[in-house]
Amino acid sequence: MLTKALTGAVAALALMAGTAHAQYSDNKIKIGVLTDLSGTYSDLAGQGSVAAAQMAIEDFGGKLNGMPIELVSADHQNKADIASSIARKWYDTEQVDAIFDLVTTAAAVAVREVSREKGRIDMNSGAGSTVLTNDKCSPTGFHWTYDVYAMAVGTGNAVVKQGGDSWFFLTADYAFGHDLEAQTARVVKANGGTVKGAVRHPFPNSDFSSFLLQAQASGAKIIGLANAGSDTINAIKQAKEFGITQGGQSLAGLLVFISDVHSLGLETAQGMMLTTGYYWDRDDASRTWAKRWSERMKGRMPTMVHAGVYSSVLHYLRSIQAAKTDEGAKVAEQIRTLPIKDFFAVNGKVRADGRMVHDMYLAKVKTPAESKGPWDYYNILRTIPGDEAFKPLADSTCPLVKK
Amino acid sequence: MAKHDVTLTAPAVTSQAKPSSRQTAFVLALLALALLAPLGIYPVFLMKALCFALFASAFNLLLGYVGLLSFGHAMFFGWSAYVTAHAAKEWGLTPELAILAGMALSAVMGTVVGWLAIRRQGIYFAMITLALAQLMFFLAVQAPFTHGEDGIQGVPRGRLFGLIDLSDTVTMYYFVLAVFVAALLFLYRVVHSPFGQILKAIRDNEPRAVSLGYQVERYKLLAFVLSATLAGLAGSLKSLVFQLASLADVHWHASGEVVLMTLLGGVGTVFGPTAGAFLVVTIQNTFAEAGSWVTIIQGVIFVVCVLAFRSGIVGVVARFLKKHGIQA
Amino acid sequence: MTTIFGIPAAALFGQLLLGLINGAFYAMLSLGLALIFGLLNIINFSHGAQYMMGAFVAWLLLTYAGAGYWVALAVAPVLVAVVGIVIERTMLSRLYKLDHLYGLLLTFGLALIIEGAFRQLYGISGMPYAVPKELAGGWNLGFMYLPIYRGWVVLASAVLCLGTWFAIEKTKLGAYLRAATENPALVQAMGVNVPVMITLTYGFGVALAAFAGVLAAPVYSVNPMMGSNLIIVVFAVVVIGGMGSIMGSVLTGFLLGLLEGLTKVFYPEAAATVIFMVMVVVLLVKPAGLFGKGA
Repeated sequence: MLTKALTGAVAALALMAGTAHAQYSDNKIKIGVLTDLSGTYSDLAGQGSVAAAQMAIEDFGGKLNGMPIELVSADHQNKADIASSIARKWYDTEQVDAIFDLVTTAAAVAVREVSREKGRIDMNSGAGSTVLTNDKCSPTGFHWTYDVYAMAVGTGNAVVKQGGDSWFFLTADYAFGHDLEAQTARVVKANGGTVKGAVRHPFPNSDFSSFLLQAQASGAKIIGLANAGSDTINAIKQAKEFGITQGGQSLAGLLVFISDVHSLGLETAQGMMLTTGYYWDRDDASRTWAKRWSERMKGRMPTMVHAGVYSSVLHYLRSIQAAKTDEGAKVAEQIRTLPIKDFFAVNGKVRADGRMVHDMYLAKVKTPAESKGPWDYYNILRTIPGDEAFKPLADSTCPLVKK
Repeated sequence: MAKHDVTLTAPAVTSQAKPSSRQTAFVLALLALALLAPLGIYPVFLMKALCFALFASAFNLLLGYVGLLSFGHAMFFGWSAYVTAHAAKEWGLTPELAILAGMALSAVMGTVVGWLAIRRQGIYFAMITLALAQLMFFLAVQAPFTHGEDGIQGVPRGRLFGLIDLSDTVTMYYFVLAVFVAALLFLYRVVHSPFGQILKAIRDNEPRAVSLGYQVERYKLLAFVLSATLAGLAGSLKSLVFQLASLADVHWHASGEVVLMTLLGGVGTVFGPTAGAFLVVTIQNTFAEAGSWVTIIQGVIFVVCVLAFRSGIVGVVARFLKKHGIQA
Repeated sequence: MTTIFGIPAAALFGQLLLGLINGAFYAMLSLGLALIFGLLNIINFSHGAQYMMGAFVAWLLLTYAGAGYWVALAVAPVLVAVVGIVIERTMLSRLYKLDHLYGLLLTFGLALIIEGAFRQLYGISGMPYAVPKELAGGWNLGFMYLPIYRGWVVLASAVLCLGTWFAIEKTKLGAYLRAATENPALVQAMGVNVPVMITLTYGFGVALAAFAGVLAAPVYSVNPMMGSNLIIVVFAVVVIGGMGSIMGSVLTGFLLGLLEGLTKVFYPEAAATVIFMVMVVVLLVKPAGLFGKGA
């Protein structure tokens, strides 16, 4: 009986025998977009990031020295384990040369570990935590669009200067949220403000009522939302339901994307201060690109993550051309050397720790009366120069930075 | 359980004290196949399947031979993975010691959880184990050393006994295979020992086992602890293979998956859980990029298995062979 | 600001109210589970998925048929119950002679299919569902601000649970039901069609879950995963209460919700786990559950 029983196992083995053995190939360039295609962050990254990467490949010409450039994409569902196993599979068996977007810090760090081990390139646009260019930095890893340090410098400073000097944080309970809270608290204290407390909520979360009551009880003037995507949206809506905003406390979204403002509507979002790396209606170049993207994405407008994915893919392709090889370490050298000049980063440069430094913008959400049409949402209040927006290289804990 | 016509085990498959020569030959052939497999198949995939096969086999000890359906086995699998990952990364332990640390925790947890859960039977047992696993899930979310959503990442595989470098994927594969074979042999010995016979007697007719003077609770508890410890071993191995311990391994989905693997392969058979695990992991890999389809397919397999296919792959194959007059 | 034991009154009462709302959902769901278990002897693992379906039907009705909250509250439970009845007739009914665990496994599989399908169709970020305008706004009670809708949830579920209790304990139909739970063969012999009764009971239990789902839609937003995490807590509630009594399961549900609320005030870190801890204690002291009738 026992032996017969084994047939099942053999059948199962035979089933997966089709999976090819790992083999590195040099006759094509293959890039992967690994992102949240179905969850909390699917509006701010998701399919829009895939479209942005596709546009970058097309704008580059679709070919590199006669080799085709291919694009693959997958849904990591914001889970570290899924991200890590897809990245491993892509590198080992599907000849993927570089991975882009990587929204959600947990997933981004998981992919960073695999990329470092395999010597392949990962370029983050969607994830926010500064760990990517500090403790977890890698010779072949880059952080493109924004990070929580820049958010804290932009929004945190602006809110405290307007008189919001006592804070309570509502924090998404993972590395990104913790980091965003810590960076903002630092800025608040540096400006003479106080932090009255913080509460951690699970990620993702739908019911914020009990956390909001804790924030209300703290008596802080500002409830800082150290979260993102639909978590931020739900928290803002429920604060309204429980009369918190009517009670004199204000909410500060510390990472707000244009897709969030769109979901909330201007009625709810008006007057909010936010920091962004890209706004579609800033100048002619940003408008032209946004229009093209919008045609592919049913009239939506791109977030800074989408713009960042485009910019990073294009820069990667230029670097690989300059390096004349797709070997990770050599391409990474070019990524650090070549200047970045496109509609997203006017004067971008990549530092030793992998941080791409570019200007950020402090924006204020328009009132419904100010808005002249769909997606006309922001007034840009000021340009934050890259060197002020991002953490100074001297403070980086990245081992690659020579001191 | 005794009052029902059919128990959860496949009655078609009976155990024998000693394997026949044909059985031995078949096992050896399978072993040879396993040794050669990394030449043709992606080793990380094979290791994942082996880890889950071990997990399912450990789970099967409880369901198949004691008749207890635990819906919370992920707590042993996942927590053991955390401890091993932490021990290897933060304490710098060698892999075998890190694994032992993980198993030790599973054994302790298994003792406590088992002691609580065997107070109730059947459906209640399932619900209690599920609820306790959820408790352990929330503790894993909150405990600082697990790093919540991020998990413990970048776990070094290290050097086995301080000598053999496991960072090479193929070396790691043979290590996992060796552990898997040893564990399966151990389970086989347990099931065919006098202890195993008593477990089966409890499964088939608990009141009778009690009246024969057996201290049923003790046997159940020991089986529970063994099952938990081996589930922990599987989790520890997985954390070294993927160099990652995450919430996914403590989530109730993982508990459900191991039930599915066992049910699909054949409850109460030695090789059923392995067959089930390979099939389920193959499905997961095939549909990994297709989002929720994996969940839907798993649900469908559950329904089909329960309604039409209760003896699992191994049971069906055994029946087919019997029908065609092939003797074991 | 008024304080009680050093805790601001608004926070204390606010959390207790939120706990009561959670408790209302625990009560409705554990009531349905207990009803189904009483007659069918299975634990309906798809209860959480059916709760989620209730919320989704409400959202679909609003989005595609323009039918509002009150229509959904009446229609969604019926629609979901019909799906439940089809499941009972075509699948569950084949398992009554087998080990009860098969029922658990089957409904677990169904839950995976339902949740997977909704995730595939609608993603997991959740759909907002607005509070009906009749119940919008809130009352400032002085010590706290009460959104009217949340008060309505507690009221509606209390009425529903009491109504169900009354129907089962005080009416003739309920008497048949209780008799069939004790001895189905005897009741069948008395001329009552027990299989139909089983089907309808399953349908009713499922309808309760769907009703709870519609109530939940404006509070928690409509999300394919909203049921799966809740159902495990409800299992613990059921183990604590024991499934022997209707009133027992309702009371246990509300009380544990309140306890959870209190925990959020005094030790928020334990809020997610407190119910499971209570379960451990109950298992040690009274393994059959607070209202149970033996193992």
